[in-house]
Amino acid sequence: MTSPDGPVLDGSALAGLLSEVYSFDATLAVVRCAHCGHTDVLARTTVHLSAMGGVVRCATCTAVLLVVVDRPDGARVSSPGAAWVQAPPRP
Amino acid sequence: MTWQTGWHVATVVGARPLTDTARELTLAVPGFGGALPGQHVDVRLTAPDGYQATRAYSLATAGVDERVDLVVDEVPDGEVSPYLTHDARPGDQVEVRGPLGGYFVWHDDDPAPVLLVAGGSGVVPFLAMLRARRLSGRRAPFRLVCSVRGPAGAIGRDEIDSPDPGLDVRWVYTREVPPGWPTSPARITPDDLAAPGFGPAEGTDVFVCGPTRFVETAAELLTGLGHPSARVRTERFGGA
Repeated sequence: MTSPDGPVLDGSALAGLLSEVYSFDATLAVVRCAHCGHTDVLARTTVHLSAMGGVVRCATCTAVLLVVVDRPDGARVSSPGAAWVQAPPRP
Repeated sequence: MTWQTGWHVATVVGARPLTDTARELTLAVPGFGGALPGQHVDVRLTAPDGYQATRAYSLATAGVDERVDLVVDEVPDGEVSPYLTHDARPGDQVEVRGPLGGYFVWHDDDPAPVLLVAGGSGVVPFLAMLRARRLSGRRAPFRLVCSVRGPAGAIGRDEIDSPDPGLDVRWVYTREVPPGWPTSPARITPDDLAAPGFGPAEGTDVFVCGPTRFVETAAELLTGLGHPSARVRTERFGGA
């Protein structure tokens, strides 16, 4: 599956950029979709990458969960469709 | 103040062609450590005018601190891979961030059978898992299914085909088969993925890595064979 923004990838593709925002491994954080309620680790979401960052979608209903923007002054995350994001269990 | 999280300076110390289009690069990276098999790094290049491009690459070896082994397959017209496959020379410097991602990881104390399904250069994180398994001396049963266009593009074939107790390998050639191969070129089928000891009943952990379309096809075949989707971990890569 490809789109004008490139192929669909997994949440793991954003591990590096999200490490600028979160102090934990974001790919193991749990995200709840505000639209359909699907709840799973970020690694199992679908991601589109572009030069500006990445768009994270729910694997079940495709609602946009997070938008990650790679800004020169620091990475920014907006979470229009995430009910919540929970850190992975403490090691 | 510029905030640069987690970037390490990496110096190329080795480069070795693996196929016509893929090269293994070894980087010396002071401060880098603790990588687990299956993890990846971000590699960042900076042009003389300041333009930066970042791409993710799987580690081909885990567990060796201050060193990063990458296998990079060229994506024509890519921004990063042509430099890494053609131009990078010992002494050159790039930047590396990682190790990244705790999801697509095999833990060497996990005794469950493991089914690895690779499309093309998707085999790279599996090289790290095979190497870690050999080093650990543990004998979790492994089956590796590698789908490649032809024998010339098969990354790591000599290493993968070396005898390794408890490792079962199946090659799938989609365009061109080696001389004397018993079957014609064909895409991956359920028969390639089903093997005694590596089914859903045995609690098999399944990892699938490759280009997006390959991963989606393989994952569908695997869930069709009864593997619960929660036990099928995927890592899709795009171009660049």
